[in-house]
Amino acid sequence: MSGISRRRFLAASVAGCAATTLAGPKKALAAGAFSGYPDGMGVLVDLTRCIGCRSCEAACNNEQNLPAPNKPFDDKSVFDETFHGGKQKRRPDENAYTVVNRYDTESSSKPVYRKVQCNHCSEPACLSSCFVNAYTKTPEGAVIYNSKVCVGCRNCMIACPFNIPGYSYSSAFDPVVKKCIMCYDTRLKKGLPPACVDICPQEALTFGKRKDLIKIGHQRIQTHPGRYVNHLYGEKELGGTHWMYLSSVPFEEVGFDPNPGNEPIINNVKDFLSTVPMVLAIWPAMFTGFHLLAKKKDGHGGHEHDVEEHHDEEGGAQ
Amino acid sequence: MSAKQILTNLMMALACIAAGSLAQAGDMPDQASLDTMVKYFDAVEFDHAMHTELGEDCSACHHHTTGTGTTDERCVSCHADSNETASVSCRDCHVAEPFSADHINLVSANVYLYHFDKPGLKAAYHWNCVSCHEQMDGPTGCQDCHTRTAEGDALYRVDVTGSQAAETTGH
Repeated sequence: MSGISRRRFLAASVAGCAATTLAGPKKALAAGAFSGYPDGMGVLVDLTRCIGCRSCEAACNNEQNLPAPNKPFDDKSVFDETFHGGKQKRRPDENAYTVVNRYDTESSSKPVYRKVQCNHCSEPACLSSCFVNAYTKTPEGAVIYNSKVCVGCRNCMIACPFNIPGYSYSSAFDPVVKKCIMCYDTRLKKGLPPACVDICPQEALTFGKRKDLIKIGHQRIQTHPGRYVNHLYGEKELGGTHWMYLSSVPFEEVGFDPNPGNEPIINNVKDFLSTVPMVLAIWPAMFTGFHLLAKKKDGHGGHEHDVEEHHDEEGGAQ
Repeated sequence: MSAKQILTNLMMALACIAAGSLAQAGDMPDQASLDTMVKYFDAVEFDHAMHTELGEDCSACHHHTTGTGTTDERCVSCHADSNETASVSCRDCHVAEPFSADHINLVSANVYLYHFDKPGLKAAYHWNCVSCHEQMDGPTGCQDCHTRTAEGDALYRVDVTGSQAAETTGH
């Protein structure tokens, strides 16, 4: 009995080793080469066009059936609200999937307004960090979230490089993560633009295929020399995002992380993570094999006290 | 809700036809009804006659399609000798729904053409009107031109006050 099971076990472990050594690097390579969904939809936010009317916030609240705001959406006094000792401007949370902030910058005599929402990364960190697969990057471009499988660990909130996911702390019994889903259920899936894009009076938000928005963005920079800083934020940042930005002032002056790197967050841990299945699959097999070989040396069906004696001898020799 | 939307669409379609017939007749309208946001704001009755009397050339608003033609250096490279066009109405070039699936596919297929990144009708109105109003000290606030509908008031949550806000935060 022990012979058969041992042989089967060793065969299985060899197969396991082969599978992990072959599949492991291949999978890592495939994930590294993932370039998102260029035909997926996105939005180009042109900060030079935004006038800070907050209509997008109103439309978002209405579309997503969010709770009543603290102030009406035509109240501009929210632009003066700051948090954490004046360093932090408004951020999206469970009650608002998008907010517009005003920046008085050194580079511009006029205030610059910036809309904040989920940027719908091509390789989302929230998705990578989620161990129950609550997040999905849809081919349409949206990063959506399934509250039914979420266990509330909030890893995604820590993982997100843009600090986007909010959590419904106010709900005692059914708290869920809340973030912009690009109006996936009600609009995007049906080929309609998100509610914020639809209502924007200035076309500060341009809805289109991500690959087209990249061309449009660069075309605008080229056509209007002096109007924009020569950078399309989100084209390359963090592996690329489906919401991208054009600005007349340096991005760090309007609250952007100027250099988050072009690697998706997952790349920081990909090398490490790819060794985990290898360790899990190879080590048990390898050490079981060593153990069985050691036992075999003592002869088939060796009794426990034989092994113990052997160990004692070894111990004594040292 | 959907019935309302259908009604809105019908109204917009009728307005388009009306504007189209005006343009076809070759007449300069004294007034134009700007109705791209009629769900939340009443249509703006644009006093075209008054604006033509402000002394600016037609091309100040109509680009190269009428008047003395454009002087914008980006336009003149192609439109220096352009003739007046048959239609000069805003909505004949600037589409009302720039982000419909059809129009996005059209843009996608023509992404290297010069005018592919042309604003939709709503943005065209706002850019043209507001930029001039800023220079000429005309009205620039949202409700200086637009009367908000009851639905618009509901959208912008004008019912929310400070005291309600405190309750909202608390719960």
